[in-house]
Amino acid sequence: MSEVFFNGVIIGDVENPADFVKRIKEQRRNSNVTTNLNVSYDKALNCVNILTEAGRARRPLIIVENGKSKLTKEIVEDLKKGAMTWKQLISNNIIEYLDAEEEESALIAFDDDELTEEHTHMEIIKTALFGSQSSLAPFAEHNSAGRVMLAAKMLTQGLGIYSTNFNLRLDSDVDMMHYPQRPIVDTVMYKNVKYDNHPVGQNIVIAVMTHEGYNIDDAIIFNKDSVELGLFRSTFFKPFNSEELRYAGGIKDKIEIPDKEVAGYRVEEDYAKLEEDGIIFPEAEIGDDDVLIGKTSPPRFLSGMEEFRVGVESRHESSVAVIKEKGTVDTVIITESEEGNKFVNIRVRQPRIPEIGDKFATRHGQKGVIGLLVPKTDMPFSSEGIVPDIIFSPHSIPSRMTVGQLIEVIGGKVGALQGRYIDGTAFTGESEFDLRKELHTLGFRENGSETLYDGKTGRMFQVKIFIGNIYYMRLKYMVANKYHMRTRGPVQLLTRQPTEGRAKEGGLRLGEMEKDVLVAHGSALLLKERFDSDKSIIPVCRKCGLIAYINQYRNKGVCSVCGDDAPVTFIEMSYAFKLLLDELKSLCIYPKLNVEYKD
Amino acid sequence: MKLEEVQQLLPVNIYNNLKHKIKEYKLSGKKEETAIDEVVKAYKKAQICPAESIGIIAAQSIGEPGTQMTLNTKHFAGVSEMNVTVGLPRIIEIFGARKASSTPSMKIYLKSPHNKSEKFVRQLSANILEILLKDISKEINVDLLNLQVEVKLDIDEMHNLNVSTKHITNSINESKIKKVEVVEEGDTLLVKLKGETKIQDLFKLKVQLSELFISGIEGITQVLPVRKSEEFVITTAGSNLKEILKIKEVDHIKTITNDVYEISKVLGIEAARTAIIEEVMGVFNEQGLKIDVRHLMLVADVMTTDGLVKGIGRYGVSGEKPSVLARASFEVALKHLFSAAAHKEIDELKGVVENIMINQPIPVGTGFFKLKLKEDKKK
Repeated sequence: MSEVFFNGVIIGDVENPADFVKRIKEQRRNSNVTTNLNVSYDKALNCVNILTEAGRARRPLIIVENGKSKLTKEIVEDLKKGAMTWKQLISNNIIEYLDAEEEESALIAFDDDELTEEHTHMEIIKTALFGSQSSLAPFAEHNSAGRVMLAAKMLTQGLGIYSTNFNLRLDSDVDMMHYPQRPIVDTVMYKNVKYDNHPVGQNIVIAVMTHEGYNIDDAIIFNKDSVELGLFRSTFFKPFNSEELRYAGGIKDKIEIPDKEVAGYRVEEDYAKLEEDGIIFPEAEIGDDDVLIGKTSPPRFLSGMEEFRVGVESRHESSVAVIKEKGTVDTVIITESEEGNKFVNIRVRQPRIPEIGDKFATRHGQKGVIGLLVPKTDMPFSSEGIVPDIIFSPHSIPSRMTVGQLIEVIGGKVGALQGRYIDGTAFTGESEFDLRKELHTLGFRENGSETLYDGKTGRMFQVKIFIGNIYYMRLKYMVANKYHMRTRGPVQLLTRQPTEGRAKEGGLRLGEMEKDVLVAHGSALLLKERFDSDKSIIPVCRKCGLIAYINQYRNKGVCSVCGDDAPVTFIEMSYAFKLLLDELKSLCIYPKLNVEYKD
Repeated sequence: MKLEEVQQLLPVNIYNNLKHKIKEYKLSGKKEETAIDEVVKAYKKAQICPAESIGIIAAQSIGEPGTQMTLNTKHFAGVSEMNVTVGLPRIIEIFGARKASSTPSMKIYLKSPHNKSEKFVRQLSANILEILLKDISKEINVDLLNLQVEVKLDIDEMHNLNVSTKHITNSINESKIKKVEVVEEGDTLLVKLKGETKIQDLFKLKVQLSELFISGIEGITQVLPVRKSEEFVITTAGSNLKEILKIKEVDHIKTITNDVYEISKVLGIEAARTAIIEEVMGVFNEQGLKIDVRHLMLVADVMTTDGLVKGIGRYGVSGEKPSVLARASFEVALKHLFSAAAHKEIDELKGVVENIMINQPIPVGTGFFKLKLKEDKKK
């Protein structure tokens, strides 16, 4: 006896679950129930699960009966001619979709050679066990599964031309690579996803070797001359916008060059690049606190009295887009918002030339950052004068077992020499053996290694270096978006402690554990100095122990409890602690400071 | 140096040890003096400078190897091992001073002739194993018709464990279960409640009966005699130090439990201190990590300093800091602040945390010392 669940709801029980499941499957194949239905028997829980819900992951498989694939040669011919469609394949019980649970009870053959009487299904193509993303990794069957997953993830981060109408778009913070290329080594999936329309990498020459220790721990070394010739060059776009908002009482913002009398006026040179309409012009070189859109707003707290004042317009400055980094104004669009207000969009562009710290990756989950840019003259070269674009550390290979990458290098080398594309589809692509043989006939060592010469000394390297062509991607993480430093800077209003985060020019936090280190070293005064950021001198009344203040006219201390002429001592404390004392008072706790005083 | 000279210098323990060793190795004259000098030198080297922040250093020295420990390690290798909590969970358990250890365990050593006799060890193991009524009964059912609980006894098992029906009846009558009447009927015991019987009470009775202690030593749920080189040692799951030590043949010096709380109850607070050190050291050593004992000694001292085993944490040491601000900065700030206000507590600002909060030099390391200069007012 086992229970039957329909979409997770119990609907009854059956005596013979195996037979029951078999019969439902027959009904499905006879089109008596929907083909969206999947059924499976869970032995451990002794229950039958019937599922028709949306959102299950299902995949198509060829049905096998009596050890024979139902997709016969005749049907394949019909398909080629167009006499048969996918829908017919399903309705004719040649292909059916299984979900993850039903797949557990299926025995799926990899190909025709494997078929036995026991098999229930067969793969349509072998690579079908990879998804759309992981199919983009060439020779994925030679890599460890984890690396294929990482590669699939990194493929989404690669820079390319993200949209062909990018010139008309105002996406926030996007990168666009100038000359993305189609990879020499690809897979069948590249055609299916129309990869040629939006490639995300470039074919470069890679040498697997060390170079003065600058490619330790996943760092890669770049050929500086290649970069200067435009390798992996990209552009970063950042949009800014501003709207002339309307407020109650018919008043509104105005986009203009702010008048000098306006509250919050910056320095004159900050507005220098604005045109008469208060908006910056295209192709303006900007940086260092330049204003992009000048705007003034009505007074924030509009009291009744001010309205009746004649001739005084106490507007305040509210310009947007004070840019700290250098860049160029790419586009200026003046338009109307949904409410009919004047709306200004500005797009700033920044060139992004690969520099130390930028992130790159292959299609095998091998990511790394640039460790050094070496001039071409110092790079190793081959007897034919080939200089690698990237020097990749050999230590990245053994522990990660990305053999596929090595095969791609050989494949890339063959493809580049022969002028053809190499099929690297998992399981069905060109074999390593054939590629090696072809490389050999082209006059190279069949294992892809070559004699290289030291660029600095001109001496031949004692070992042969593995060198070839590979497809590299530039990933969207760049140093220019991340680097940050601070000496002095803005503080929070409430605590007077430094602000947080790069965007707000924040401080770098000395955390709890870092504090413990200073305590453990016994460096008491260094610790005090490090936490000095909100140091303040607070007057305290000696009588009642509460915070007092100084009457500047009479130069005498005043305490709100003890009145005028209170005895006041100045104490140095952190502003956050003063805040704590205030908060304690709001909790009706009297935090009395016992002040020692000597005349 | 002479032995008498160093009596004041060295701690009592080290001094006595030194004296004992000198006697043992029959040292005298120059050799004796060299030995004493070396001990004094080593002692001075081991001393810690004033104002060294030993607390934080201990915390870091325990915490850092802690990050390298494999979480939740449980080893099942071989049959002759008991399942004992090790690794980080065990350390949390010890430092948290949990009253109930998750896997209490004992190592029972026996006195000299007995520890060589396999027969005796097996016999003792069988005797100390806790036997509950459910272990010697086939079934325990509630008979709703006659309003009674039926206990079907497993006669074979009873014979093996040397328990008589009479013994069981007595156990039931002497146990905490009150107002019951026991009738023997072949290999079945019928237990009835006296007076008016509710059905809920019967089910309660059934649970109570199944957990009823019959013989052995309470708490010892598993025994395992293991041969360790020459002698036999009994490892147990479950712990009852007090009762085990009552057994004549047990070596009361070597026998040990891993339950710190129980040690503090039975053997006293100094034993508990040693147990904390030994247990934590054992956990680290098992994973191949090395820690200086003195860090653990400090922690154990802090935990046991006022005669009770107190945990590190909100309900233990941290919750009892003298400074209001330090307590408030740890956890549940409001609770501490309100109670401090109600009791008119004064924060002397002598700790590290307080002084960091008010941005003053901490009284540790270079901040510990103050220069007090007497000003000559005449000048």
